[in-house]
Amino acid sequence: MMTRMSTRVLLWAAATLAGSASLGAQHNFTPSDVENGGRLYQSACAGCHGAAGDQVPGTALRSGTFRRATTDDEIARIIRTGIPGTSMPPNPVSETEAATIVAWLKGADRLSPRGATGDPVRGELLFNGNGKCVSCHGPNGSGSRHAPALLDIGVIRQPSELSRALLEPEADINTDFRTVRITTRAGATITGRLLNQSSYSIQLLDAADRLRSFDRAGLREVTILPTSPMPSYAGTFSPQEIADMVAFLSTQRGAR
Amino acid sequence: MRRALLIISMAALVAKVHGQEGITFDRLLKTAAEPQNWLTYSGDLGGQRHTRLTQITPANVRQLEQQWVFQAQSLEKFEATPLAVDGVVYTVQAPNDVVAIDGATGRVFWTYAHANSTQVRPCCGRVNRGLAILRDTLFMGTLDGFLIALDARDGRELWKVRVAGARPEAGYAFTVAPLVVKDRVIVGPAGGDFGIRGFIAAFDAATGAEVWRFYTVPATGEPGNDTWAGASWRTGGAAIWTTGTYDPETNLTFWGTGNPGPDWNGDSRMGDNLYADSVVALDADTGRLKWHFQFTPHDEFDYDATQVPVLADVQLQGRRRKAMLFANRNGLWYVLDRTTGEFLSGKPFTKVTWTTGLDGKGRPLDVVSPTPEGLRVYPHVVGGTNWYSPSYSPRTGLFYVPAWMDTSATFVKSPVEYVEGRAFLGTLPGGTTLRAEGKAINRRLPSEGYGAILALDPRTGERAWMFRMDDVTDAGVLSTATDLVFSGGREGFFFALDAKTGAPLWKANVGGLVQAGPMSYAIGQRQYVAVAAGHSLFAYALRQADR
Repeated sequence: MMTRMSTRVLLWAAATLAGSASLGAQHNFTPSDVENGGRLYQSACAGCHGAAGDQVPGTALRSGTFRRATTDDEIARIIRTGIPGTSMPPNPVSETEAATIVAWLKGADRLSPRGATGDPVRGELLFNGNGKCVSCHGPNGSGSRHAPALLDIGVIRQPSELSRALLEPEADINTDFRTVRITTRAGATITGRLLNQSSYSIQLLDAADRLRSFDRAGLREVTILPTSPMPSYAGTFSPQEIADMVAFLSTQRGAR
Repeated sequence: MRRALLIISMAALVAKVHGQEGITFDRLLKTAAEPQNWLTYSGDLGGQRHTRLTQITPANVRQLEQQWVFQAQSLEKFEATPLAVDGVVYTVQAPNDVVAIDGATGRVFWTYAHANSTQVRPCCGRVNRGLAILRDTLFMGTLDGFLIALDARDGRELWKVRVAGARPEAGYAFTVAPLVVKDRVIVGPAGGDFGIRGFIAAFDAATGAEVWRFYTVPATGEPGNDTWAGASWRTGGAAIWTTGTYDPETNLTFWGTGNPGPDWNGDSRMGDNLYADSVVALDADTGRLKWHFQFTPHDEFDYDATQVPVLADVQLQGRRRKAMLFANRNGLWYVLDRTTGEFLSGKPFTKVTWTTGLDGKGRPLDVVSPTPEGLRVYPHVVGGTNWYSPSYSPRTGLFYVPAWMDTSATFVKSPVEYVEGRAFLGTLPGGTTLRAEGKAINRRLPSEGYGAILALDPRTGERAWMFRMDDVTDAGVLSTATDLVFSGGREGFFFALDAKTGAPLWKANVGGLVQAGPMSYAIGQRQYVAVAAGHSLFAYALRQADR
């Protein structure tokens, strides 16, 4: 049985073979068009939506799915007209400019990622096999309580970022998956995934997957660890294998 | 029986508002004489946000309990400070619905709904910061460029004027609580991130007719225009979005102005860019500029000077000075002579790297500029502080400032082109994410910054104390005549501190971000403290038995 991932690998290969003409599902944009869409996004949209498109609660613009639109043209129309009764204003951009923003949002600049020179099929085998990635990131990269899902990682990360995450996982730890270690006044040490903190208390998911909350007054020490539970693959995988993993992760583009 | 008495007394109070002259300007000048009312955005015309009510004290503050909650029918940020007039609390349910609430029960008397144009495009949420009152009339600016006067008795619209040039499709939006001076209502537009040309304008309170206007960006031929290269003044910004103050002795009204446009690339607007990032002192009768002080010349970091200019008389070097205290988004706090604009002192209250310090006239030295590769600068683009109201206590002599400590952002210089109605910014600064997520979640490292309430002493220039919070804050500060300081923050607590030491005395979990300034009022013998948090307005008072 062909896995969902393998289907995507084939789609990626097809897109790569088709070249830049396939950038954007409904428009033929050059990479510089899409880059311009990204610039427009950063200027016109990022103030509210954030640089990564996830600043508005419940809205992740680069996830590939949209609550109010199913086609690229519908998204472009919303960019131009706004959503009455909400904070989403109309934006004075042309139809073409709006379409380039959509293309950028949907990661058209990453369909043929520069530097992703590896073999995604071999990368998938490493992900599920010797890399032991599934032990934390779950089957098919679906995520776990202690590691992020990677199903759309190809949309939200550049190949260079993926490569860095494999080689130096502590360089930029996902804030949703920081590890905190606390020591109580009684001397007990608990380590877990930091879920929330305030001046008065701290919430975490401990190693036994229990949700726990501690009054800071009862703690001797709180340390957010600079280390990541993810191992570095620098000494484990060859440069070619790293490239294969990056190529595979680049095909992970979420629900389509 | 008790309830019946309360109802009768409420009716009497309401009649008091209606039957006589209502809130005259003389009453606005003498707010200290009627601390049961909160009659302006900051509680007084000098912006001190200090209540003279004395029932709630450090000794009994732990007995505060919630009296009522008003849940807004709105998911916008709740940034308004209510007014309280003889028992009635008036506030704005964002974007622009005015609500009259019984200050004792939280029950709604009436709601006035304003349907905004679909063309509005405020930069940072469809917010409103409150109302002004004169006699029996409430005043509100709207996101789509109107100034509206309502009958405080029933919310009936008395007049509604479209402010000339305040076109929502070009980014103009009124979010500020108006300021009443004499028989005029003063407002100015937000929109500094859309390349508007900012202004401050006064309107006849009886008719809405415009009386005067001061453009915060001078036109060709006007003094200061030479601080803008070419035609860049036309899109210069210098917006208004925090309420100004008024000094009756000099008849000057003071307003802080916003950033020059575009925000993060000043190459097209070489020069100091007056009067962006400044405080301007205007003759309240004519709107003529008496003096100005620019905090951040040629700003490329979006360091709006949209803070409340707090007026206080302080002892400096053996001399009583009619001062203005100004804690600025750029991370420095200033003491100015409010009669002349003379710079008296200025120093950082948080980590600052965009300048190495100030010269003898308060001008920043060695100012850095964003680069195409990105330059990390302290403080963060949201600033060392922002629009959140500070407070001054004449009792302690301390200036209380909500602050973001040791936060930074990476500023990138990139090309930017003006298109009407489109954000006119450049590239959004990157780095640590410190923006509100709409929920009290904090997973940041301590090294990425934290929030604080600071007590700054204008007499010495030193910090008297700091109350540290894990998360940053968008909440204003209220000080009291009993030496309490009330504030809140993104952690979702509303709390009271000892005004002399900063020691925490009381807190309540309000379940949402506090993004507004607290205020206080009294009904009969009972003092209330109110603050908006999340999408609701909360009112607290002492337990009846503890009064």
